[in-house]
Amino acid sequence: MGDILHDLIFDYTLRNVALGSALLGVVSGVLGSYAVLRRQGLLGDALAHAALPGICLAYLLTGSKATLVLLAGAGIAGWLGTLLLLRIVRDTALSEDAALGIVLSTFFGLGIALLTLIQQRNDANQAGLDRYLFGQAAALVSDSVVTFAILGGIALAIVALLGKEFKLLAFDPQFGATLGFPMQRLDVLLTSLLVIAVMIGLQTVGVVLMAAMVIGPGAAARQWTDRLSVMLALAALFGATAGVSGAVLSVTQSRLPTGPMIILCLTVIVVSSILFAPARGIVWDVLRQRRHRRSLTAPALVPEWEGGQS
Amino acid sequence: MQSLSNGRVDTEDNMAAVAVHDLTVAYRDTPVLWDVDLTIPSGTLTAIIGPNGAGKSTMLKAILGLLPVAAGTIEIFGRPFAAQRRRVAYIPQRGSVDWTFPTNALDVVTMGTYGRLGWVRRPGKAERERARHSLDQVGMADFANRQINQLSGGQQQRVFLARALVQDADLYFMDEPFAGVDAATEQAIVTLLQELRSQGKTVVCVHHDLESAPDYFDWLILLNVRLIATGSFTETFTPDNMMRTYGGRLHLLGERLLPVGGR
Repeated sequence: MGDILHDLIFDYTLRNVALGSALLGVVSGVLGSYAVLRRQGLLGDALAHAALPGICLAYLLTGSKATLVLLAGAGIAGWLGTLLLLRIVRDTALSEDAALGIVLSTFFGLGIALLTLIQQRNDANQAGLDRYLFGQAAALVSDSVVTFAILGGIALAIVALLGKEFKLLAFDPQFGATLGFPMQRLDVLLTSLLVIAVMIGLQTVGVVLMAAMVIGPGAAARQWTDRLSVMLALAALFGATAGVSGAVLSVTQSRLPTGPMIILCLTVIVVSSILFAPARGIVWDVLRQRRHRRSLTAPALVPEWEGGQS
Repeated sequence: MQSLSNGRVDTEDNMAAVAVHDLTVAYRDTPVLWDVDLTIPSGTLTAIIGPNGAGKSTMLKAILGLLPVAAGTIEIFGRPFAAQRRRVAYIPQRGSVDWTFPTNALDVVTMGTYGRLGWVRRPGKAERERARHSLDQVGMADFANRQINQLSGGQQQRVFLARALVQDADLYFMDEPFAGVDAATEQAIVTLLQELRSQGKTVVCVHHDLESAPDYFDWLILLNVRLIATGSFTETFTPDNMMRTYGGRLHLLGERLLPVGGR
């Protein structure tokens, strides 16, 4: 234990990996919470998949593998994917999940094709682009971590400033519009912030597993509280915990891949939240029902009226 | 165009609370509202009545700028809605929001203060105090800290009502405030509406129950994509007008309506 702590602070690789993963956990936890509350869990998935061709094109056009260049490409492509998605929902009779499926698979297919194209060129420099598929946190350098910190810091600062506006957007956007807030622009802004979270996640957990980072922390946090502010804080904590423990496990335990380890740690948090969270945990529910059944002595079943709904 | 002052006492320098001119709203190519022309005098309790798909909610949303308008103009107290926001409060249909959202009754009511707060500024003690007072007005003071999912339908409706009250508006738009509420809540809402009218406020409700409507409202808009009739309730609530509003769908109700609106 002491060794791990020592390494977390002094080991260059582990420190970067843990810090980067923690940042990802915090940013995607907070922004993912909004996606969960707005029932847009799959939006993160679509954004991540849509980003892949952007990464490839950015590399093809610039020949650079600098974090910021590739992430800019990812961000722009993710953005275009979102715009296309909104267009499809608005201008066709297709439902949102169908539109998500179309955008996700089209962009991802294009991304894979470009990736293969790049790999077939005799280009020694291209090695490592495919790590964006499943992420490779172990390859994080401190430059990337600094980039993450700045991007994530901006995103979190905006959420902190516009807490009440985003709450209106998530709970009752039409009411918010009558108050005079430009709800469509706020929607675009919140989605853009989610793009930032996805950009951070691409290098760490990769395109394929990013959806879990968006949905997991928020879903787990929702189990523990009925207050939005607490939910956001818990989601950040859960995301960071999963990020750091996944990073530590992967680096210390015979080099398991970081991204999947982070997701597995997150899964442990989500599952235990669903099972054991006070008030909402399934385990307590089952126990309560058993006790209730035992306390029923009369053989006749009394119909249970929905007391609250009238 | 009907004149505003059918023997009514007009307030606000004879200005109508709402004036709609040639309003057309379309969803894609299908008109949902067609060339609607009407005025709602201030100080009235107005019911918007019509069959499903008549465009009742659409009209509220068009007036509130929530839907694009294909043609026509809308004025609130003589000016566009955007210039009068602070004087208007909107109560959407209860089913339009997700009541599992992580928040409590007091917090939802506090949202009514966000408009005056403007960007970035957060609600403080004064805002929460006003929200508590509004909850008290609708008989929900004891439920301030209750998670909204644990409220009954009637209680949720009262929370929405309190959120509108905290806006301290002159004109209230309510989309089916009586839908799916218990008798106690219905009575509480009616009492509140009458209180608002006695303070000179204007209330416009989308309403469904033809039987209770004559008891609650004094101004009527009959809508079925086109405007069928509008005016003071007793003069407008005639069997003939109701038949024209509901078409063949009314004949089940027709006989019951005759003595109510007949003249």
